[in-house]
Formats: sequence, C-alpha cells, structure tokens
Amino acid sequence: MHTYEPPIFELSSPGKIGAALPDAGVPETELPAHLLRNDDLAGLPEISETEVVRHFTRISQRNFCIDTGMYPLGSCTMKYNPKIHEDAARLPGFAFIHPLQAEETVQGALQLTYELQNILAEISGFDQVCLQPAAGAQGEFAGILVFRAYHLDRGDDQRDEVLCPNSAHGTNPATAAMVGFKVVEIATDSRGNVDLADLRAKVGPRTAGLMLTNPNTLGLFDENVHEVAKIVHEAGGLMYGDGANFNAILGIVKPGDVGFDFMHYNLHKTFTTPHGGGGPGCGAVGCKEFLADYLPGPIVALKEGQYTRHTPAKSIGRLKAFKGNFGMFVRAYTYIRMLGAAGLRSVSEHAVLNANYLRVNLDNIYPVAYDRTCMHEVVLQGKIKGAPSVHTLDIAKRLIDFGFHPPTVYFPISVAESIMIEPTETESKRNMDAFIAAMKQIAHEAVENPELLHAAPTTAPVRRLDEATAARRPILKYDQAAIEALLSK
Amino acid sequence: MSHYISITESERAEMLKAIGVADVAELFHDVPADLRFPTLDLPAALAEGEMARELRRLSSKNSDVLNYSCFLGAGAYNHFIPAAVDSLLRRSEFYTAYTPYQPEISQGTLQAIFEYQSLMCGLLQMDAANASHYDGATAMAEGAIMAISATRNRRKIVVAPSVHPQYRGVLRSYTQGLGVTITGDENPAASVADAAALVDNETAVFIVQSPDFLGVLHDLKPVAEQIHAAGALLLMVTNPIALGLFQTPGMVGADIAVMEGQPLGIPLSFGGPYVGVFSCTEKLLRRMAGRLVGVTTDLNGQLGYVLTLQTREQHIRREKATSNICTNQGLMALAATIYTSLMGKTGLRKVAELCYQRAHYAAKAIGNLAGYEVLEQGSFFHEFVVRCPRPVAEITQALHAQGIIGGYDLSKDYPHLGNAMLICVTEQNTKNDIDQLVAVLGG
Repeated sequence: MHTYEPPIFELSSPGKIGAALPDAGVPETELPAHLLRNDDLAGLPEISETEVVRHFTRISQRNFCIDTGMYPLGSCTMKYNPKIHEDAARLPGFAFIHPLQAEETVQGALQLTYELQNILAEISGFDQVCLQPAAGAQGEFAGILVFRAYHLDRGDDQRDEVLCPNSAHGTNPATAAMVGFKVVEIATDSRGNVDLADLRAKVGPRTAGLMLTNPNTLGLFDENVHEVAKIVHEAGGLMYGDGANFNAILGIVKPGDVGFDFMHYNLHKTFTTPHGGGGPGCGAVGCKEFLADYLPGPIVALKEGQYTRHTPAKSIGRLKAFKGNFGMFVRAYTYIRMLGAAGLRSVSEHAVLNANYLRVNLDNIYPVAYDRTCMHEVVLQGKIKGAPSVHTLDIAKRLIDFGFHPPTVYFPISVAESIMIEPTETESKRNMDAFIAAMKQIAHEAVENPELLHAAPTTAPVRRLDEATAARRPILKYDQAAIEALLSK
Repeated sequence: MSHYISITESERAEMLKAIGVADVAELFHDVPADLRFPTLDLPAALAEGEMARELRRLSSKNSDVLNYSCFLGAGAYNHFIPAAVDSLLRRSEFYTAYTPYQPEISQGTLQAIFEYQSLMCGLLQMDAANASHYDGATAMAEGAIMAISATRNRRKIVVAPSVHPQYRGVLRSYTQGLGVTITGDENPAASVADAAALVDNETAVFIVQSPDFLGVLHDLKPVAEQIHAAGALLLMVTNPIALGLFQTPGMVGADIAVMEGQPLGIPLSFGGPYVGVFSCTEKLLRRMAGRLVGVTTDLNGQLGYVLTLQTREQHIRREKATSNICTNQGLMALAATIYTSLMGKTGLRKVAELCYQRAHYAAKAIGNLAGYEVLEQGSFFHEFVVRCPRPVAEITQALHAQGIIGGYDLSKDYPHLGNAMLICVTEQNTKNDIDQLVAVLGG
C-alpha cells in the first residue's frame, strides 16, 4: 500500500494521451504564427487514462484522512464529512451553472444562498451575512477592511491600530497588517483570558478594533468577553470575532449577543465542507446592522418573490471574482438543514464533552496549560516527567504509529511545547479511549525508551523528513537532475 | 442526537462522571448565564431522503449548461471534464484530509501539489508556482502587492482596462489600506499601449491580460521590454487553455503570471470553488505568498515531499508575513493536476485548437448576420465581441427561451462598445450548437 510512486513525469512516453477528444468539425482558420508558444508544451507529460488513474489512486493511499481515522487537529475542526454533501454539490443545477447567468435562470441557487445567509445570521446573532469570502483569512480581511471603512466614513481617521491577543491565530495579525494597521499584542491572564489590565493600558483613540477568537485558541471561553467588548467599545473600537472555534458554541451562545460586531464563519470547519487537503474553504462573514452597508458584495435579497443580488452602498468592494465558493454553500446548507436547531446544539455539546473527557484523562500525564473546563479543544504540554529528551514533536510523530493523526503542535505559541487536541463531536468514546491509551503508552515509552519516539514514525509511508534541506535548497518543480543529485547525496 | 454522533446515552453518562459534572450543560458555565442556550429559529430538521428531494427541487430551478448550450465565458468557462477527474477527487483520502502539516502521512496531498506546481510552471514557462490562491482575481491582487514589496518605494500600479473588470475590482479592494495609486483603466476604451505609456519610475507593476477580457490575444514581448526599461515588473494574467497554443508569460518575460485555473477540470459551480494559479520568476520566489511544496529525503534516504519556505508565512511571521493567506485550494489544484495530466501536451493543444477553430467559425457566421458586427477579426482565442442590433439583455432572454445561454452583456463595463455581447465558444459547443445560436440570433 505504501509503495513509492514516482513523479508523474516519469510515467510519460511520447504519443500517449489520457482523454478522448472530438474533431473540430468546422472549416479551419489559420493560427496567428507570431503569437504561438515556442516549446511544444515540453513541460507536460504524455500518459494514458489508465496510468493517470493508477498514479493518483496510489498516491492517495499515502494520505491520512478523516475517513481513515481520528484527526484531532486543534483549531482545524476535522470532523466527519457527510457523504450526501458530495452528491448535493454535484447536482447539475448546482455544479453546472455559470456565475454570470441572468438571475431568473438561477433562482434555485440564489434561494439556497439567501436561506444560508439567514440561517447563519440566526445561529450567530448577526443582522446580515455575506458568503463571498473564500476562506477564514479572507473573512478576517473583509472584517478589518469594514472596520477601516466604518471609521473613515465617520471621519474618525486616527485609528491605525488593531489589538490582537497573543494567543491569536497568525492570520489575525497578518490580516491587520495587510489592511495597513499596526498590530498591538495583548497579554493573556493566568486563567487564559484576555488580560484586562494590559487591554486597558493599550486601548485608546488609535484603536480600530480588537480581534478575538472565542472560545480562544487555548480552548477556553473568555470569561470576561463582555468586559473586553465594553472596554473596546467605550474607546470607540469595534469587536472582531474569529469564528474558527464556532463549533463549540452552536446553540450555546450567539456571538452577536456577547459584544461582537463582526465575525467570520469557517464553513469548512463548523459546517463540514471537506477540507480538501488544504482547501477550498468558505469564510462567510456576519455583522451587526450598523456595519452592513460596508460588507463586500454581492449579497442575495428577496424582492417580490424573486431572489436578486446587490452590493451594499458603501461596500469595501468585492474580494474575489464572481460570488464565492458556492459548492461550499451547498454542503453547509445541507448540513444545517439536516441537523436543525437541536442537532446543532448537540454538535457543540458533544464536541465539548469529548474535549473535556480527553482533558481529564490526560492532564495528569501531559500538563494542561490552563486547568479549567475547556471548550471543544484542550491545550496540553508535551513535558513528560522523567523524559527530558522527549519533545512535543516526538510525541506527535509517535502517535502516527498508533494510527492517529497528530494534534496541532507548537500552537498556540504562547504555551511551551503545546499540544492542542480537538477531538470533535464525531469521535466515538471507543476511539477516544484508544487515543488516551496511545498517549499513555507514549508517555511510558518516553521514559523507558525515548529512542522509540525520536525514531518515529516507523509505520508511515516515509520516515521523518528532512525539512531543513528542503528549505535550504528548494526544489519546487520536477527537475530530474536535481532530484537525482539529492537522492545520491 | 444526530446520526453523525457515535456516543450512546450510557457512554455519555460515564464520560460526564469521569469529568465530574452531572450534565453536559454544566460544561458551559463560563458562558454568560443570561445568554446561554438561546433559541435558534431554524427550519425543522430533515431526514436524508427529504433533504435530497429538497436539493433536487432547488437545483432543478436553475438552467444548467448540461441542458442548455452555453456561450457565456467572461472569466469562467464551460470545458469538458473527463470522468476520471471527479472519480479521483472523490477519493476521501484526498478530500477529507487537511493541510499537510504532518508530511509523513500526507505524502499524497504533498506529491499532488508538487506535481501541480511543476505542471503549472511547464504550462506557463515560469520558474516557480505556489500551491494556489483562492482564484484568479485574488492571485492577481496578491501579485500586485508582491510587486510593490519587491520594488520597494514604488507605489503606483498601472492596469490595462482590458483586464477582467472583477479582477480590477478585487485589486482595488485588496489595496485600499496600503496607500497605493491604481491607474490606467479610467478610460475603458484605452489600449494596452495607452495604459503601458503611463508606466514611469514610480510604477511597481504593469498588469495586462492576454487573451484579455474581450478575448483578444496580445503580443506582450515589446510591452515587457518597455515595462522593464522603466524598472517596473510585468504581471501577466492569462488563460490556461489558451496556453495550449499561444504565447506564454515565460516567453514574454513576465515577472509574475497568474490565471484562473477553473478551465482545468473544475466545474463552473456558480463561481466557485475555483483555483488561483500563481507563478513568478526565481528572483521573486521568496516574496511569494502562500504554501509551497518541495522535495526532500527521509531518514532512509527515500524521496519525500514537505511544505517548505514556511518562514514567509503568517503562522510564523505573523504581522510581518507576506500575506494572510493560510489555506490553499488543495482539492481544486488536485483537479487541475489530474486534468492537465490526462490531457498532457497533445490533449491541451487539441483542446485549445478546438476552442480556437469553433470560436472562429462562430465569429464568421455571426459576422455575416445582418445587424451584427464582430469587432476583432484576427487575434482572438475563444471569445469575441459582437455588436448587436438590440440591447443584449433582450437577446439573451430570447436565446434562453430556445435553450441557449447567451454571451456576457458588456454594456455596463464597456459602455463605449454600445449593445455589445461577449460570446465564448469552447470545445463543448458543437457545430450544431453554433449553427443554432446563429439561427436564433438571425431569426
């Protein structure tokens, strides 16, 4: 199963093709000679369909995925992806419609978009939702652009700072910088909340807003979220909610009720559109009424029985061509409609139940970063008593040998040797017990035979990979000579 | 409890006991009590069979390009997709995996991305391609931002008006907080040469598209020379199918090249998900945003793949990162990889020829109709502008009634062209489809 599969370029032989194509069947027009390419497409292979299918099937078998096992990657919400979603997104009337078709020819697609906007608004306590952003980071970008536009529109033009707690995802500070803001980091207090004293010291007339993930990346619900929002609002700033961890609070609390003005949703996390090896995602955004005029467009509205699109009056503009990742809307819509309100609440309850179950079973071996009830993920530390040479990375790699995808490691960066575990609601108790047993076994091995951990993984398709060489001498496209040189080293 | 949950009532009781709480609700005591457990006013839950029916009902309200013959392009194209593409995409080893943070058990995703990078470099004749952006428009905007950082103090962007209008929109959204000037496209009738003439020693980048939004192919070699002489970078937006035949960014000497990868085996899907192909020269490699996969060896000396040059990225550099882009379009890049492999050099050339030949056949036939005029006669790929005797909206409505999805109405973006329609012909449009279109237009 793990057999080495050569790069596809090595399967190529002149004269082969992997697709059956028709003849043009029309009188020929001469090609403009001076505009033709000069290389006969030399960089492309020539392979049969049979060989292409075998190649990609074989490399697929060198991948771990949710359908093969537990994938407790913290902050990524790797839950089971329902299979009906894949059929739904491929219905002809969804997969094969053009984004620029006249509105009257795509009423079903617009209706689905409209209903999903309203459903997401209801779940989160916002007034308007726009589905255009393609990923969480682009949703953040939309939010901070909206904050900028709002302040400037009111003539409030000295606000050039965005506050980010030090536990924030790297996308938060990167987003603020992309919009031209200075990033001001806020400390975390001893209970894992935003440090109110530090916040009070740093907030002020230059604050455009604060970006908060809640529950935060320490797996904790910020106990002072109301107070944080109050402090930021009193200074004239706005509250941005990073929805990466929304899976913990469906039907538990609406972010719009606890002081957030704007938030993004990760449809691929919370609403089970598959992660696809890195994407596509959808970073839909929601906001309070007073910011709705600045949202990106288009947004779908219902007027006299017809679904129509419009771009808000003071919009920050469009963030991608066309409408957004519609295929993701279909999947998220299907998920929510099949669960209903009670089902959504059950999702969060089980996600939180599972994380706390792991916490209480592991925190006496792997120190828990903050000893509190956690939300849907728990942050432990890879510091095993009596095993000074073992690090979080070794523990992660050893988990692979036990058949688990490792948790998120070394994030959040504010916790030393962090291991961030997010089991999600779709894991069974049986799987979690097996995971706990593996973690206990690894802790035991760390003391008895640390070399076992340093050498891990041993059962994966490849052994530990040399990332330093890859970065020092990057080979980023197929180059037979360069690859041979690397292998003969 | 839903069918996605795998925990029984008695297991739940055991787990609660282990945690030391009586009820799940107790786990939420950090949430403000007065706001806890709000009512959600949502439609009642549906069983799978009921949901499937509802989805079929909604989808059947749309006119799809399987049941209609489609002549609409304008940045999203109806190309043939071999069945093998979706069959492989539906392998859950690919679609239910995430970003390959643990390379030892993500070699499938990593190898696919490495092959994607290689294939895109081959297609574009460029040195390096990343693991993809959200779409063509965002790739272009990020390319412009990269050019600003690479040229240091230059803060002017010049863009030709024949670049896709929505791409230019995204460029403005992306740069609105950065204190840059964007010019060149104020007059929609301006030529590439007119726009290029605005490039000066303040200019970071000149952005040009070929084939452009109106379908026209440009010889960009002299343009590149002019831009480079001014010390600016050239960003070329192009179309992957056109590259089966026509001048590549590498031939031209472009510094950055981007394109919408959707034509490479990705369904129209009402605008997304698509994939933004992003490439640049070796010199700019370390300024490029997004994920990159490189080759390395493992402990046994075996070939393997890893995410590399990650220090450019937001999870390490935070506010100093080159961009906030975190996810890539992994599955869509995989579709493009499989499609491009299936076609290979012969197939891609053939698809490009089919598009070219059928589009030119259609253009000649429409040009012969009374009241219709084709604006570009020579150097266009698979799209062309037709000046019509009546408003385009009226014509597309009449076409729809005959089972045809007509072209794009240019009156809003390019009002100087009058009643103009952008018609796209791909290998999916048979001679019969084209003859029918011509008959309805002439009727």
